[in-house]
Amino acid sequence: MIGAALAFAFACFGLALLLNLWRVATGPGMAERILALDTMAINAIALLVLYGILQGTAVYFEASVLFAMTGFVSTVAYAKYMLRGDIIE
Amino acid sequence: MTFLAEAVVAGLLVVAGVFGLVGSYGLVKLPDLMTRLHAPTKATTLGVGGVLVASMLHVATAEGRVSFHELLVTLFLFLTAPITANYIAKAWLHGHARPADLPPTATGAGWATFAATAGGGSRDEEGAPPAGEG
Repeated sequence: MIGAALAFAFACFGLALLLNLWRVATGPGMAERILALDTMAINAIALLVLYGILQGTAVYFEASVLFAMTGFVSTVAYAKYMLRGDIIE
Repeated sequence: MTFLAEAVVAGLLVVAGVFGLVGSYGLVKLPDLMTRLHAPTKATTLGVGGVLVASMLHVATAEGRVSFHELLVTLFLFLTAPITANYIAKAWLHGHARPADLPPTATGAGWATFAATAGGGSRDEEGAPPAGEG
């Protein structure tokens, strides 16, 4: 039962990543692209955690923590650059 | 691993997958940035939270040990999602909204987004970063 649910969740988040990629490619503005990239990072975290459940190891949590932190910092840095033309003033 | 625990984990995984998919579908479907912000920041965050809770339950019931890594990721995501949404909304406002169109603030200091261009009201074109004044 968990195998089927895992396969369903993998399919959902994979499709979600494709939809985000579509928004990155066609998004009319820079803010949309930043938002889509941030969502891609979050979906990648979900995929990593799902893979960790599938493999039964805790190794992938370190990777997901790293993804969470770098995703947050890069999103804020990009938005800050759009706001001020500079990241660290 | 009991049947009940397995059913709960499987149900959480399915619900989380649906939430994640709905969040990203909303990102594609909704008409402009201010509405698009809602889908990923709420639905996708909930979807990832569901996956992490399912993982926690799975480890606890299948291996008999309690894992706190997931809680760390969940906490971090739930704390940072509103901040990123606020930053993206500010970046969008900076390029698209005129200061005159925005409602007055309660403090008399004006909108922080336009502090750099106060009085100028220059509207940047799509995606162009503002001229640095810092």
